Amino acid sequence: MERQQAPLGSARVTSQIAASVTRPRYSGPTPPVGSATARSPWRRWRDRFFFLLFFASVAIGIFGLAALVIDVLTDGLGTLDFSFINSYPSRHAGESGIRAALFGTIWITVGTAAFAIPIGVATAIYLEEFAPDHWSTRLVQLNIANLAGVPSIIYGILGLALFVQAFALDRSVLAGSLTMTLLILPIVIIVSQEAIKAVPNEFRDAAFALGANRWQVVKTVVLPQAIPGIMSGIILALSRAVGEAAPMLMISSLVFLTFIPSSPGDRFTVLPVQIFNWVSLPQPGFQAVASAGIIVLLAVLLSMNSIAIWIRNRYQKRY
Amino acid sequence: MASLNRAEPERSGIVASLVARRRARRRVRAEQLVILALLLIATLVSVLTTVGIIFTLVRESFGFFQEVSVWEFVTGTKWAPLFEPQAFGVLPLIAGTLLAAGIAGIVALTLGLGAAIYLSEYAPDRVRRIIKPILEVLAGIPTVVYGFFALSFLTPILQSVLPIPVIFNVLSAGMVMGLMIMPMVSTLSEDAMVAVPRELRDGAYALGATRFEVATKVVVPAALPGIVASFILALSRAIGETLIVTIAAGATPNLTINPLESIQTMTAYIVQVSLGETPQGTLVFKTIFAVGLLLFLMTLTMNIIGRWIVRRYTERY
Repeated sequence: MERQQAPLGSARVTSQIAASVTRPRYSGPTPPVGSATARSPWRRWRDRFFFLLFFASVAIGIFGLAALVIDVLTDGLGTLDFSFINSYPSRHAGESGIRAALFGTIWITVGTAAFAIPIGVATAIYLEEFAPDHWSTRLVQLNIANLAGVPSIIYGILGLALFVQAFALDRSVLAGSLTMTLLILPIVIIVSQEAIKAVPNEFRDAAFALGANRWQVVKTVVLPQAIPGIMSGIILALSRAVGEAAPMLMISSLVFLTFIPSSPGDRFTVLPVQIFNWVSLPQPGFQAVASAGIIVLLAVLLSMNSIAIWIRNRYQKRY
Repeated sequence: MASLNRAEPERSGIVASLVARRRARRRVRAEQLVILALLLIATLVSVLTTVGIIFTLVRESFGFFQEVSVWEFVTGTKWAPLFEPQAFGVLPLIAGTLLAAGIAGIVALTLGLGAAIYLSEYAPDRVRRIIKPILEVLAGIPTVVYGFFALSFLTPILQSVLPIPVIFNVLSAGMVMGLMIMPMVSTLSEDAMVAVPRELRDGAYALGATRFEVATKVVVPAALPGIVASFILALSRAIGETLIVTIAAGATPNLTINPLESIQTMTAYIVQVSLGETPQGTLVFKTIFAVGLLLFLMTLTMNIIGRWIVRRYTERY
């Protein structure tokens, strides 16, 4: 058992509270909703009413999610079959398929990962382990936080002007991957920093005490500990890239692709762009095709998120 | 030094091992230097991204403002770059953007704040651990899916009760956008509410306050900066959102406050031009950079204010 607690309001208790950085969630004895604490019936009634109202906002959020999923499933399940997955887009709703977009998404995701992981993790290592406590470091950190809030369409404009035009990459897989890299880089950096921060300092100190230099400490102690956290964060960042349509609309444009990219220089389309294309077609049959595409997109995202959560739970360490 | 390297075999034991250690140490140090250089280069990428964004937007906007005056751009009430006679008044796009974001904000603030109060003050731990991830799924659904949802589900429902002239209307897009940013408000607000010390609550309960009174008279006022910040950040997200408004709100620049009409947002305009046949380098093509610059500045300002409030007012107790 704990030792007897200091009386409430004593200097020790208050200083402990002031010192605690992360507060425990409030879990003290609280009166139940609409309890006898409130003697006037009006206050008791108001308490009950607002409890229902607050609960209703949660319920509306969940209802909205459920409505969305059900709407998509009822519209799209009838169209979703193997030939839909394996066909190219077509003028006829009944023959349309998502093959080109599915493979385009795989190309873009792999390409984005190839650039974003090394650059993002390296930046995080630098900022957490090497960077001096200096105004320039704080400026870089502030800059990354700001980049994370820049609307995705702005990255589309940048990609169009920089990669498609200035670097003359045309509307290629490479241009799309580089644009997506810049878009998710701030997220990759931030999640990697969090994972590196979570490695306790005692581990570093032990390695330093054995004579390791900073890079050896990072390479042999910090990174092996941080990699599961980095991995799950990166998968979540990549799933953001998979669902992102605005910059890809600008880079790939609305094309009617009947081939799969075979090299980074080829044109491409991705799932959200293909879905947008179908949603904006006026012919009635394409609503079902769009829903089927959405089901495929959501399935891809769901599996990516499940993998990320699995990694986090499998390797999560508590110190 | 050099002579040591050619140490004779008979006395090589200690010397050779000293030499080997010195070399190893040098190699380790060189490796660290190379790595440090690589890490610095990687860090530069994010700095250069910002430079690239600002440089691109400003340079092309500069070309635009040589042909259209800034005054005409900022105060003009007609936006028609794609038709003759051309007009370059950006106010209709700003009005459309703010109207859509405003509707989203009302929905998100009502639902998000209610959800945050429920999760922080009422929900048992077990319930909260189930509900929070479900709500956060809302933030992870691709915007193109929300656009489809607005157009195929919500708009027909709204049309059956309200006099909506065409299928595209800003009300439907705004409401769905509110659903999308609701978890942002609820998560950040709940964080702020959880940080309110329990002594404040205990004091109010000891005076006989009900849960509702504790929530609205103690917790919400104490957490207000965090709530305001969450709202600003969520609004900025709504202003920059593209797909929902492109799909469901239409493509008619419209200086209106009527939520039943079709409008065009700044983001939807950028998409419209970049998908069209507009040749690069023309005045029309340059408009997307001017509109993009305006959008960038608006969201940047809101993000800076939002994060400043969070930083300024956290850990005050």
